Amino acid sequence: MTAPATANAVEHVVAGEVLAFPAQEPARAARDSRPLRLITCGSVDDGKSTLIGRLLWDTKAVKEDQAATLQRDSNGKQNDLGLPDFALLLDGLQAEREQGITIDVAYRYFSTDKRSFIVADTPGHEQYTRNMATGASTADLAVLLVDARVGLLEQTRRHATIATLMGIKQFVLAVNKIDLTDYDRARFEEISHEFRELALSLGVRQVTAIPVSALKGENVVYDGRAAMPWYDGPTLIEVLELATTRSAQTVGFRLPVQRVSRPGESFRGYQGTVAGGSVKPGDSVVILPSGMVANVTKIVTFDLVRNAAVAGDAITLVLDRQVDVSRGDMIVAIDSQPLTGLSFDAQLVALQAEGIQPGKRYWLKSGSRRQRVQVQPASQLDLKTGKWNQAEQLPMNAIGKVHLSFDEQAIFDTYEQNRTTGAFILIDPDTNNTVAGGMITAKRSALGGIHTEDARVILSLPADLADQLMATELFANRREEAEIRRVSAGKAVEIIDDIDG
Amino acid sequence: MPHIHPETELHNPQSAKPPLDPHLKALENEAIHIFREVAAEFERPVMLYSIGKDSSVLLHLARKAFYPGRVPFQLLHVNTGWKFAEMIAFRNEIVERYDLDLIEHVNPRGAAENVTPFTHGSALYTDIMKTEALRQALDAGQFDAAFGGARRDEEASRAKERIYSFRTPDHRWDPRNQRPELWNVYNGMIRKGESVRAFPLSNWTEVDIWRYIQAEDIPIVPLYFAEKRPIVERDGMMILAEDPRLELLPGETKREEVIRFRTLGCFPLTGAIRSNATTLDDIISELETATVSERQGRAIDRDQSGSMEKKKREGYF
Ligand SMILES: Nc1nc2c(ncn2[C@@H]2O[C@H](COP(=O)(O)OP(=O)(O)OP(=O)(O)O)[C@@H](O)[C@H]2O)c(=O)[nH]1
Ligand SMILES: [Mg+2]
Repeated sequence: MTAPATANAVEHVVAGEVLAFPAQEPARAARDSRPLRLITCGSVDDGKSTLIGRLLWDTKAVKEDQAATLQRDSNGKQNDLGLPDFALLLDGLQAEREQGITIDVAYRYFSTDKRSFIVADTPGHEQYTRNMATGASTADLAVLLVDARVGLLEQTRRHATIATLMGIKQFVLAVNKIDLTDYDRARFEEISHEFRELALSLGVRQVTAIPVSALKGENVVYDGRAAMPWYDGPTLIEVLELATTRSAQTVGFRLPVQRVSRPGESFRGYQGTVAGGSVKPGDSVVILPSGMVANVTKIVTFDLVRNAAVAGDAITLVLDRQVDVSRGDMIVAIDSQPLTGLSFDAQLVALQAEGIQPGKRYWLKSGSRRQRVQVQPASQLDLKTGKWNQAEQLPMNAIGKVHLSFDEQAIFDTYEQNRTTGAFILIDPDTNNTVAGGMITAKRSALGGIHTEDARVILSLPADLADQLMATELFANRREEAEIRRVSAGKAVEIIDDIDG
Repeated sequence: MPHIHPETELHNPQSAKPPLDPHLKALENEAIHIFREVAAEFERPVMLYSIGKDSSVLLHLARKAFYPGRVPFQLLHVNTGWKFAEMIAFRNEIVERYDLDLIEHVNPRGAAENVTPFTHGSALYTDIMKTEALRQALDAGQFDAAFGGARRDEEASRAKERIYSFRTPDHRWDPRNQRPELWNVYNGMIRKGESVRAFPLSNWTEVDIWRYIQAEDIPIVPLYFAEKRPIVERDGMMILAEDPRLELLPGETKREEVIRFRTLGCFPLTGAIRSNATTLDDIISELETATVSERQGRAIDRDQSGSMEKKKREGYF
């Protein structure tokens, strides 16, 4: 009854043998790059949805039946040019269509001959900043739109700042509706200049400014030379085709444990997605927060037992000894460990109407680890001046710096070093809603000083010795002052040799 | 969770498959991550299994995610009684082959009142036999999370949906008030009675699905491949004319055509396409040059503008 998918395998009969060849991959599969993830952002009505709609239209991602629906839905809303309302390809919710605005992110997929794209069209309205942050968190590149007639607004600055905080390093400044300025070159240059200054203050170096008409499709996929002979730079799609995807390759191996798999007595594996670095059988690892040491014996996946796994791989790890590992723990490289402690500094974006209240206890979720946290706002970014002003609490849509205090050990990298193990969300225990997205900037010592690398005394000891010492009351009372790392006997010998030598 | 079998070691196929291309690999990793996260965070997850190509991929990914253990949740098939016969035969074989724990639910009210696509119209029929039936099954099982195979590229309101899509106790979706969803940190905190629909295939496109089926050798219902089949033309659609319950209307005639289906649902509401695609390679190249979208063949999506959003708000998948 079932049609085996091998129906398409080419069968060759060679000297009486039947050889089944795996199906040929279609030509376009040869592109080896991952899709580029991008967002559009900027203030209300600057033309974000229209731009993406146009991009989909001009790359032939809109099918005939969808085009017919678009023509039908555009009826009565036709602009002077008689073109359909391309934004309707994105604004798919009834409420969005009624109000003519974007409320929530739309994710769309399209490709050119050169690569494929995942685009998140985000809302410009300030009320829905949370949905813009949702789109920005996973993007490699941001297309920031500005209405050529209006210039940079506070909301433009907010979006540029959030995008930067979330680690986006490549920007396209689309100076849109250029058709409504009579293709005014001076205006384009003025806005580009103003944005470059903002970008510089945010530490963004990769900016391409393009004058576009999203509606007419000028400098989007097709060049706008006819109307703008003065512009000889790339079109939007050309920039997108050449942009780089963020590499998840960070140094230290990180595996946030999602689940312990114990199908029977004989098997115990730790399931999760590698969040940094790589791992192979034989590697020594530490389980955090317990600090236990073990060696990797196997990397199990459905297809085969693998000899290595890298960042992004969803794997099951088997260790060489019985150790206590549960969901929320992190298995990490022994020689490149993340920060652990009770107190951290972070930047965050407040996403809900209640803002972030000082001293309130939230849930913090990072990777698979969820724990209680107290959040103390320290300062808030003033979008007009770019200055950080002291703040006791953070209202909705504020970008702030905060101190995090935990009851139990927290495990992080800085966001700059690792976009997965350095990111977290805050959940309000009263509403269960996600109220902030945050990025770890540093670890704090108990004394209030800040240090990204630990100023505590670090003792590297063979595991049995470490266990004995940690069990003493003396050590328990002064845990903040010293950190004990368990190492294998071999590693300990190496360290002692180093000291002796 | 009394009904769930203990995990046991399953056979590892140890196939000598070529490695997946990085794009499909990334999609697979993301889906496995979602499966594991939901299975760990929720008390009673269930997987909606609709027998179509997306469900086939979803099931394959679930088996991968929990290997070497068993899939640690039940599958739920909301049956309307009007599925293609080949779908049901396929389903039964898959359940047996992979040793799955499947619940089948038919809306008893709909069955008792003899609600059919012919007598009640596609909108009301879908509402009772699919949406209402789903709500009944989810309530009966007290499921707090339900996996679905929906993809954002299917339709404009789906393009707006989160990977963890929050539902009220009466299964409603509020598209204007979705929780922010940053990075791959999913918020699975809910109160009693509330639930989450989880969509591991959110970022897959139709072509991705087919290329993955090909690369992973995933079994699918033969109706996806072109073959000469009896059809009748109705409301501009070619309907499969195999089921004895299909009565020809005046002026209609049965004839044979070489056809296949791009999506599978209830046979009276699913239009076939003319196609000579008999292999996966054929299907993929047909798709790459296709000029219409996949949902075009579905009567229920065309009832009214924004009909998908409306159905989804009421609890449809
Ligand atoms: N003349 C002209 N009009 C444009 C252009 N781009 C967008 N528009 C119009 O500007 C209006 C707003 O466009 P949208 O694409 O909905 O703006 P948006 O930025 O997505 O708005 P929000 O998502 O609500 O923030 C629409 O009426 C568009 O037709 C352009 O390049 N030229
Ligand atoms: Mg918009």
